[in-house]
Amino acid sequence: MDEAESLVRDAATRIFQDLGDPQTLNNAADDAWRAPLWSALEEAGLTTAWVSDELGGAGAGIGSGFAVLRVAGEFAVPLPLAETLLAGWLLEQGGIVMPGGAMTVAPTRRADKISLVDGKLSGTVRAVSFATKVDHIAVLADDHVALVSAADCLCRDGLNLAGEPLNSVDLSGVTPLQIATLQNGVDAKALNMMGAAARAMQMAGALQTVLEIAVQYAEERVAFGRPIGKFQAVQQNLARLGEEAAAAIAIANSTAHSIETLESWADDGVYLDVASAKIRVGEAAGQGSAIGHQTFGAIGFTKEHILHRFVQRLWSWRDDFDNEAVWAAELGRRVAAKGGEGLWHGLTAA
Amino acid sequence: MSVAIQFDPIRLPPEAEALRAEVRQFLKEEITAGTFDPNGGSRDNPEFSRKVGERGWIGITWPKEYGGQGRSFLERYVINEEFLVARAPTRKHFTADRQSGPVLIKYASEAIKQDILPRIIRGEVSFCIGMSEPDSGSDLFAAKTKAERTDGGWLINGRKLWTSRAHEADYMIGLFRTSAPTHDNRRHGLSQFLVDMKTPGITCRPVLHPNGNYEFNEVTFDDALLPLDNLLGEADMAWKQATSELAYERSGSERFLETIQVLMELVDVIGENPDVREAEGLGRLVAQLHTLRRMSISVAGMLHAGKEPVLEASVVKDLGTVWEQALPSVARDLAAFVDSDPGNRIRFEEVLARNITIAPKLTIQGGTTEILRGIVARGLGLR
Repeated sequence: MDEAESLVRDAATRIFQDLGDPQTLNNAADDAWRAPLWSALEEAGLTTAWVSDELGGAGAGIGSGFAVLRVAGEFAVPLPLAETLLAGWLLEQGGIVMPGGAMTVAPTRRADKISLVDGKLSGTVRAVSFATKVDHIAVLADDHVALVSAADCLCRDGLNLAGEPLNSVDLSGVTPLQIATLQNGVDAKALNMMGAAARAMQMAGALQTVLEIAVQYAEERVAFGRPIGKFQAVQQNLARLGEEAAAAIAIANSTAHSIETLESWADDGVYLDVASAKIRVGEAAGQGSAIGHQTFGAIGFTKEHILHRFVQRLWSWRDDFDNEAVWAAELGRRVAAKGGEGLWHGLTAA
Repeated sequence: MSVAIQFDPIRLPPEAEALRAEVRQFLKEEITAGTFDPNGGSRDNPEFSRKVGERGWIGITWPKEYGGQGRSFLERYVINEEFLVARAPTRKHFTADRQSGPVLIKYASEAIKQDILPRIIRGEVSFCIGMSEPDSGSDLFAAKTKAERTDGGWLINGRKLWTSRAHEADYMIGLFRTSAPTHDNRRHGLSQFLVDMKTPGITCRPVLHPNGNYEFNEVTFDDALLPLDNLLGEADMAWKQATSELAYERSGSERFLETIQVLMELVDVIGENPDVREAEGLGRLVAQLHTLRRMSISVAGMLHAGKEPVLEASVVKDLGTVWEQALPSVARDLAAFVDSDPGNRIRFEEVLARNITIAPKLTIQGGTTEILRGIVARGLGLR
């Protein structure tokens, strides 16, 4: 992590500690925390880290944006921060100026396609996070990026496993506020990769917190006359959780680095990192969540405890920008096409 | 952050990748010349080790004064992984290159270094590691084999067990008891020694693997007399000396590439048009492998930077050995419905059979799963 990244990391951590503490949010009777937290993030430039100064962003760079996402995962932030970052990044690829406010991005599934005919959009996309809570949607349509007012779209209500909006969005007949041709070799595949990498980083952050609170609980909770963390069975479980978190952090970091330094979105090495991250972190999310719950026992399976804030998001984020199985089948086909020796050459070239 | 598990995104530097091309070319030539057969034959091949030595690829990171090249640990990393994937017969020099040489560099007398290191580098001598005993396996500090100081040197008596390749080795780095453990430190009292395996009083007895392979030995020491100079480092303090050695021993690619041939044969047997089940299974394996390799390189980068990532190395070894152990059975499942040409299939089955039979040892040697998870738990602050 370079100096700029750790500054951004510290800034984000302070804001979430002050205004987005998971326990405080969990106890909150209403949504009064939402506006101050979002304003603080906007003022610090964290919502536009991936947008250049010229287009109204903070110009913090790819690495810093991923650093923000890792911290957001560590706090299980229930705001469209990743979505706004991704939308900003996509608009940037068309040179569209940031409209300000919260945004989301579409499509989020490789099977969903939006087309642009005579200045109007056509098609429906599934599983768009926070579509009903944001002002704008950045839409990839054919080889264009379109800025759309969320109010112009037909959004079907829906929630993810953490109770956050996850909507089907019918874009047919919608006239975008702005349209631009995509540059820098960015296409639907690149958007899918960028989204997958973002979710992988959030999951790595969330897993790190699940590990930390589980270890802390095991040190404090006494049963049979000792802290439960003194029992070998519990230690072995937590070691497994630590290993899953470590794998997630390692591949998510590696992927962020690959994207930060990439020369082309068509590079096989970048693809291998992103696909591996979405698959391996998704697997770690499943296994890590289970061990987290097992450690906390009954108290962890309550609304009053914060564990669910992390676990439910881990479960949900696994599915966004295509789940492990979809990525694995695609990666597997690519590997099969190159044969056994090609596999090793591909790994070492990445 | 209370839990400090660190895996920075390290990439191998250009000089390491340049070396990779040379290593691949060398391996191709040696296979063509018939020096070794990747699909069979002995893993012990003195001619191959000598040729690797000629290239300067053994002890490549060691100081120049002993014949090394003072090159980076990341370059060694590349040589190691390419040799593993090609199933190159590195047995003669592998242990000496990975850990015995570095121990000598750190703790041996100048005379021993001048004598032995250049011979390791030329691929002429092999080492074994004498740690486990009949009553001391994972619990290393229960070792009883004694080293008594006499006027003429150190007198060794006792037995080592599960000592891999002791019968072929020229030297052992052995862990012997020089005094009793103390009340507040049960790890106290063990010392490391250099043992010439030709010393009178040393005998090796084979203990065969279930498939009949001869790797393990019971090594008996009956009044074997070692020169005084052969004590490595400080008497009674081996527990302190072993720490950094473990990071090298546990994080390398041999901790996840041992059964890699199964995956490469699986790709070939599945063919270019896998069905969705085969493709998904294959994709998961590749994602897991790629993640392990990234983690292992990250640890190599930390070692290169002079850190001692013992916790991270244990994480890599546990995840890696569990993965490589499961690989043959996962591959067996994935290939179950494949209709490939008989030639491919026969080769796959042969590779599969060999790897299924060796798989159980992978999570035992060099630190068991349970021991490693104990180390990780300690790193998390739980013990």
